[in-house]
Amino acid sequence: MTDTTLQAEKGTSLWEDAWRRLKKNKLALFGLGLLSSFVVIALLTPWIAPYAYDAQNLDLGATPPSAAHWLGTDIFGRDLLTQIMYGGRISLAVGFVATAVALLIGVSWGAIAGYLGGRVDAVMMRIVDILYALPFMIFIVLLMVVFGRNLLLLFLAIGAVEWLTMARIMRGQVQSLRKQEFVEAAISLGLAPATIIRRHLVPNALGPIIVYTTLTIPSVMLLEAFLSFLGLGIQPPKTSWGLLISYGAETMEEYPWLLIFPGLALTLTLFALNFLGDGLRDALDVRRSAD
Amino acid sequence: MSLLSVSNLRVDFNTRNGHTIAVNDISFSVEKGQITAIIGESGSGKSVACYSLLGLLPQPPASIESGQALFEGHDLLQMSEAELRAIRGRDIAMIFQDPMTCLNPFMTIGDQLIEPLIYHKKLSKNDALARAKELLVEVGIRDPDTTINNYPHEFSGGMRQRVMIAMALINEPKLLIADEPTTALDVTIQAQILKLIAELQTKRDIGVIFISHDLAVVADIADQIIVMEKGHLVERGNREQIFHKAQHPYTQKLLAAIPNSTKATSSHEPEPLIQVEHLKTYFETPSQLVKAVDDVSFQINKGEILGLVGESGSGKSTIGRSILRLLPVTAGKVSFAGTDITALKPSDLKAMRRRMQMIFQDPYASLNPRMSVYDTLAEPLLLHGLESRKTVEQAVLKLMDDVGLARAFIRKYPHEFSGGQRQRIAIGRALATKPDFIVADEPVSALDVTIQAQILDLMLALGQQYGLTMLFVSHDLAVVRHIADRIIVLYHGKIVEQGSSEALFNTPQDSYTQTLLQSIPGQSLRAS
Repeated sequence: MTDTTLQAEKGTSLWEDAWRRLKKNKLALFGLGLLSSFVVIALLTPWIAPYAYDAQNLDLGATPPSAAHWLGTDIFGRDLLTQIMYGGRISLAVGFVATAVALLIGVSWGAIAGYLGGRVDAVMMRIVDILYALPFMIFIVLLMVVFGRNLLLLFLAIGAVEWLTMARIMRGQVQSLRKQEFVEAAISLGLAPATIIRRHLVPNALGPIIVYTTLTIPSVMLLEAFLSFLGLGIQPPKTSWGLLISYGAETMEEYPWLLIFPGLALTLTLFALNFLGDGLRDALDVRRSAD
Repeated sequence: MSLLSVSNLRVDFNTRNGHTIAVNDISFSVEKGQITAIIGESGSGKSVACYSLLGLLPQPPASIESGQALFEGHDLLQMSEAELRAIRGRDIAMIFQDPMTCLNPFMTIGDQLIEPLIYHKKLSKNDALARAKELLVEVGIRDPDTTINNYPHEFSGGMRQRVMIAMALINEPKLLIADEPTTALDVTIQAQILKLIAELQTKRDIGVIFISHDLAVVADIADQIIVMEKGHLVERGNREQIFHKAQHPYTQKLLAAIPNSTKATSSHEPEPLIQVEHLKTYFETPSQLVKAVDDVSFQINKGEILGLVGESGSGKSTIGRSILRLLPVTAGKVSFAGTDITALKPSDLKAMRRRMQMIFQDPYASLNPRMSVYDTLAEPLLLHGLESRKTVEQAVLKLMDDVGLARAFIRKYPHEFSGGQRQRIAIGRALATKPDFIVADEPVSALDVTIQAQILDLMLALGQQYGLTMLFVSHDLAVVRHIADRIIVLYHGKIVEQGSSEALFNTPQDSYTQTLLQSIPGQSLRAS
C-alpha cells in the first residue's frame, strides 16, 4: 500500500499541490480562462482588430452598435470594439507590469525589514513613510519632466507608488511569523537569512499578499486613466480602458454605449482577478484542503 | 438528590469532514460538597460534555442528540437561552485554563468583579466593592485595597487564576466547573491553586467538576473520578478505586503513563562535551534590565542527558538558546568539544549548527505549516550536503522509520498530524544532521500524558541509537526524573542545586528544590 501511495504522490511541491487544488475550483478556473483570453486577444489585436486604431470617420459620428461596428462608434466615428481591444493592450500591460514591479519591491522590502527588525527595520520603514508623504502627482510630474513621457516610465512610476502598501503588509506578516518556533528551528539548522525569508516566511505570508495584489491591478488601471486624463499618460489616438471610460462618462447621456462597453471590459477583468485571487489564496493554504 | 445528574448525554459534531460522536451516551452525577474529576486526553469529549450542559457549544456544528441533565431537578438541556443565561455565572460558574483571555484587559479587576454584583444582586457600588475585597482575601490575594485597582496584566499567572476564581465565586454558585485550571501554571503555583480550590469547596460546601488531562493533578483532591476515552465513559470510582484497583485498560494505561521512575543511572566517563562558564544573558527592555541567566557555569558530559529544571522565568529556556547561539550572550563562554561557540564567526557557525540541534516545545508552531514532512526533513540534509537530491528521499524515509512515522505520510502537511506525530517530525528534523548534541526545550509539555510517555521513550531510545548528548529543559520534575541522568535546578537565573537524579530526588539540599519536589502533584499516590 505504501508504495503505491508514494508513487502517486511523488514529486509534489507546494506549488504543484496548489495547482492541483486550483484545478478543482471552478470559479478560479473561469477567472483564469477569462483573463488568459483577454491577454491573448490583447496580444493578437494588431492582426485581428476590425479597424485601424486611428481610423476616423467624421461623417459617421457616434452610432449605436450595428453589424459594421459591433459595439458602435464614438463621436469621431472610430470603431469602439477596436478601441477597446487596443485599450486593453495598454491597460493590461500597465496593470500587470506595474503590479509585478510593486510586488517584487514591496514583498522583498517588507520581508527584509520585518525579518531583520531593529534599526534596519526602522530606517527601511521610515523611507516608506517618506515616500508615502511625497505628493504622488509631483513625483510623477517630476519623473515626466526629467525623463520625458514614455510608457515604460508610466509603469515604473505607478509601480514605485504601489509597492509601499505591499511592503507594509509584508512586514507585518513577517514580524508575526518570525517569532514562531519554526523560524528559530530554521536558524538552528544553519539556514541563511535569505533562504529563511524565501522558503519559510514568504510562502506563509502569501494569503494577504495575493488578495492585495488582485485589488492592486484594477486600481493601477484606474490610476493610469487618471494620469492619462491629466495628460501625463497615454495620449489620443492611443487609448486605454480607463481613458475610454472617462470619455464615455462625459457623454453617457447621449451615447451610453461609450461608457457601458469599456466599463464592462474593466469589470469583467476585475471579477476574473478576484475569482482567481481567492482561488489562489485557498489553493496555497494547505490547511484548507481536506483531500 | 444529586446536585447535577447527567444521564445518557450524547453530543455529535457535524462538520464538512464528517460526522463524529464527541460524547457517546454518558451518565454521571455530581454531589454537593464533592470534587468530581473528569479525566481524559484531548478529544476525549471531557470538555464538550461540560460545555454542552451550559449551552456553550456552538450549534451547529455541535448537536445534543439525547440526554438529560438535571440541575437541582431542572433539565438544563431543555432550557431556553434566557433561562440558561440566568443560571450560568449565578448557580453554575466556570474557571478556564487561560485566565488572561477570560479577563478584559482594559478593565481593572475591581470593576470586573463588582459588575455582576451590581447587575445581578443590585448592590450599591460601595457594598459591591467591600464584597469584592472580601473575596480577594478569600482567594489569597494580599492587600486587596491596592490590587483591586490593578489591571489583569499586572498580575502573575497564578494570581490571575486566583482573580478568576474570585470572579467565579462572586455570585455564590452551587456548582463550579474548572476546565484545566492549572495546566498553564508552574508546578508550585499549581499546588497552591489546587489547595485553594479544595479549601473553598469544603468551606462553601459546593459541588466542583474538575476537568483535567492529568490524573496526577487530581490525585490529591478528587472525591470521585470519571475517566473518558473517545467520547465514552470508561471508568468511574473514588480515588482508591481508580488509583489502586483500576479495571479498564485505558485507565491502567493512563496510570502507567504517570512518570514516577528514576532513570537507571548509567555510568559515563565524565568527558565534557559542553562547558558553560559564567554565562550571562541579559535582556534590555525600555524600563529595566532582565537578568534572565545570571552567571551560570556547568558542564554536560558526552552521552549524558542533563535535566534543566525551573519555573517560568527561571531562565532555563534562555540557557538552552544561548548555548545554541539562538540568542546573543551578554558575557561568559560556551565551549562545544573545545571550541568557543560564543566567539565563532557566522561563516564557521553553519558547520557547528549541524552538530547541535534543538527540539521545541510546541510542535504546532515549530513546523512550517506549508512544508510537507518530506520538505521539512529533506531541508537539513540538503543544506549540509549530507545527501544528494537523488538519495535524499531514502534518507528521509529512514528518518521517518526511526522516529516511528508511517512512510505513507511523507507528503502530508503538519496540520494533518496529531500533536505527538508532529513532535516526531520535529525530532526527525533535529536528528537529520546526525548531531552530537540536542537541546530539548519542554518537548513533551504540550502533549497528552500517554503520548508524553511514548515521546520520552522514543527520545531515550534514539539518544542511545544516535549516541546523543542532551540538555533536557522542563518545568515538570516527574518528566525530568524519568529521562535525565543529572539535574540542575534553576531559580531566577541562578543554579540553586545540581546533582544526580537520584540524589536530588532523595536528598534535596536547597529549600527551593524541596518546595519544588513537594509541589509535584499526586503525592498521596506516591506515598501509598
